[in-house]
Amino acid sequence: MITAGIDCGAKNTKTIIMKDGEIIGKASVLTGFDQAKAVNKSLEGALKEAGVSRDDIERIGGTGSGKNAIEIADNKVNDIKAMAKAANYFFPNSRTVADVGAEEGRAVKIDEQGNVMDFAINEKCAAGAGAFIEAMARALEVDLEEMGPLSLKSDKEIPMNAQCAIFAESEVVGLIHAKTEKRDISKAIHDAMASRIVSMIRRVGVNKDVVMIGGVGHNPGFVKAMKRELKLENLYVPDAPEYGAAVGAAVVAAKEA
Amino acid sequence: MSKYPSEPLKCWNKAKELRNKFYKNFSDAKDKGGIRWMGSAWAFDAVPAGLGEDVWCITGEPYGATCAFNRPVSAKFLEAAENFGFARDLCSYMRNYWGSILTNQYALGGEFPRADFAWSQHICCSHAKWYQNACELEGGNVPLFAVDVGAGACPPFEPEMYEHRVRYVADQLLDGIEWMQKVTGREYNDELFFEAAWNDIRSTNKWANICLLNMAVPAPLDEKSIYSFYVFGTLQKSNPEFADLYDELYDEVKDRVDRGIAAVANEQARVMTDTQPPWGFLKIYRYLESWGAVSIGSLYTFGLEGMWLYDEEKNDLRPRPIPAKRPETREEACMMLADWHLSKPEYQHFYHPDYKTKMMDAIAKNWKCDGIILHYNRGCEGLSMGIAENRLGLLERGNKVMTYEGNMGDEHEFDEQATINRIDIFMESMGLKRPAG
Repeated sequence: MITAGIDCGAKNTKTIIMKDGEIIGKASVLTGFDQAKAVNKSLEGALKEAGVSRDDIERIGGTGSGKNAIEIADNKVNDIKAMAKAANYFFPNSRTVADVGAEEGRAVKIDEQGNVMDFAINEKCAAGAGAFIEAMARALEVDLEEMGPLSLKSDKEIPMNAQCAIFAESEVVGLIHAKTEKRDISKAIHDAMASRIVSMIRRVGVNKDVVMIGGVGHNPGFVKAMKRELKLENLYVPDAPEYGAAVGAAVVAAKEA
Repeated sequence: MSKYPSEPLKCWNKAKELRNKFYKNFSDAKDKGGIRWMGSAWAFDAVPAGLGEDVWCITGEPYGATCAFNRPVSAKFLEAAENFGFARDLCSYMRNYWGSILTNQYALGGEFPRADFAWSQHICCSHAKWYQNACELEGGNVPLFAVDVGAGACPPFEPEMYEHRVRYVADQLLDGIEWMQKVTGREYNDELFFEAAWNDIRSTNKWANICLLNMAVPAPLDEKSIYSFYVFGTLQKSNPEFADLYDELYDEVKDRVDRGIAAVANEQARVMTDTQPPWGFLKIYRYLESWGAVSIGSLYTFGLEGMWLYDEEKNDLRPRPIPAKRPETREEACMMLADWHLSKPEYQHFYHPDYKTKMMDAIAKNWKCDGIILHYNRGCEGLSMGIAENRLGLLERGNKVMTYEGNMGDEHEFDEQATINRIDIFMESMGLKRPAG
């Protein structure tokens, strides 16, 4: 059975194609203003990579903040359910999932079937989401991709107290004026963000194994900060963490066939 | 096709009329040569009743909620309060109230009616400052008397020295009567006081009995409707017309239970909430109903004014029985009122969050709730205290819990779409199917 999972997110729209439980194609495009267009474009890209046609797809699952724009979806699931199912797909032993996307951070406690037991979502604050790192990268005049590796070069602990991206930027500017090294500021930013996400994870309970999905999973500085904050040796991150919710949508689509 | 029959409440219009009459009485008091007082919804409103039958009041919390319900008016009041220098993180009811004085606009129409005196109580930090500032904003010569009710939790939570704590509050009420006579120049009529005290006890007992009926499946009342009726206890619980309305409502709700009349015709799941809702966005309750979920009430709507007793052994709440006989002396009436109100469920969490968790769990279990929705209400420091701990305690007791952030009286702090999104997630996790459309 071939299914597709589409995650129409705040920044990117991601599609994965799954055949009998194996991922065979994926694609991501910027969501932009025209969500329907982004959905079609990411689906086309994923179909191409998978080497199958639209007619080969038996079911399509949709999720993400723009899921209502996925008109071709046979079923739509909320982000929390999608990430729970994705964590269970990648790491069946997982019981806690963190999803750090562009605009939102979330934490979910799941059971052995990947059902949602409890969840927490960051409130009206960007300091627990990918947009926070992007804003801080701009303040530091560093490419986004460099932020994580740069932070790994520091072993300093500089507390950042701001709970809000706007105020945090003021703190970063203060550190720049104090001639603090960029790598130390970068580490402080990652530590602050990890602290926010981990406090949210603690709300649902840190149950082994902890899985992280969402695009920020690519950032080695953030992953290290999360491990440090969680006091865990391992934090399980799938190969393409930004596709996590799309995978979950595809899993649900297959199950509900 | 609907699962249950449903019909509107018959006493709805009467409730509306009585509420309007209450606010009009306050604004028109001077035309009748009467007296106006202002104070908290938790003030012992039976006490000023002894000053005469032409004494009218406004209670700040329901008035603040009335302002908040009208979002453009509320925005104006909040802005006026902020411009005056009051911080945005203060109680939003209080800010609406102060803004109403500052703009000299009564939310029900006309100029803001100034009070002759303030008669309030202190349980949280906001109450302590609310009427002090209101008296100053109303010209600075409005006398204020506040009864300290922070006397500790009632049995079974903290039984130690309970009689002394009742005496502590009752003595303040006795002092308050002397004070009232002095500031108004009126003779105090004990018979009117006894009658009002009895009406207070009658209405707060009957309200609890009405809420008890909501254990029935299907629930005869949904929380959005409950809000329209619980308010009378907050406006003036000693008001004889309000006590009579509760008698009438009880009979009607009992009849609905007997006939299986549902508040929500497609009731499939039951939830309970906590604290004040975001008043400008009550449509979230209708959204819940579109999922087939009825909010049966909360410790807040049941116990803000309703009087209950918590049974620790049975993990149950039951309406507190009314005393065997009416008070016959001033001291007896003050002792009776102090004892009655110190057992108010919504007072107890000020002393330990665990007390509230226990009572909420009792409602969740006995009113057959499938989930609990907690409002992290930034607008009320008092009732939001300990909610995060309540959440943990309720989860430990096996309840499903959802939280959302908002503010009862300041729309700036409520994200409607994010809340709807959370409701969707919670409803799905409770096993409900997404509504069509």
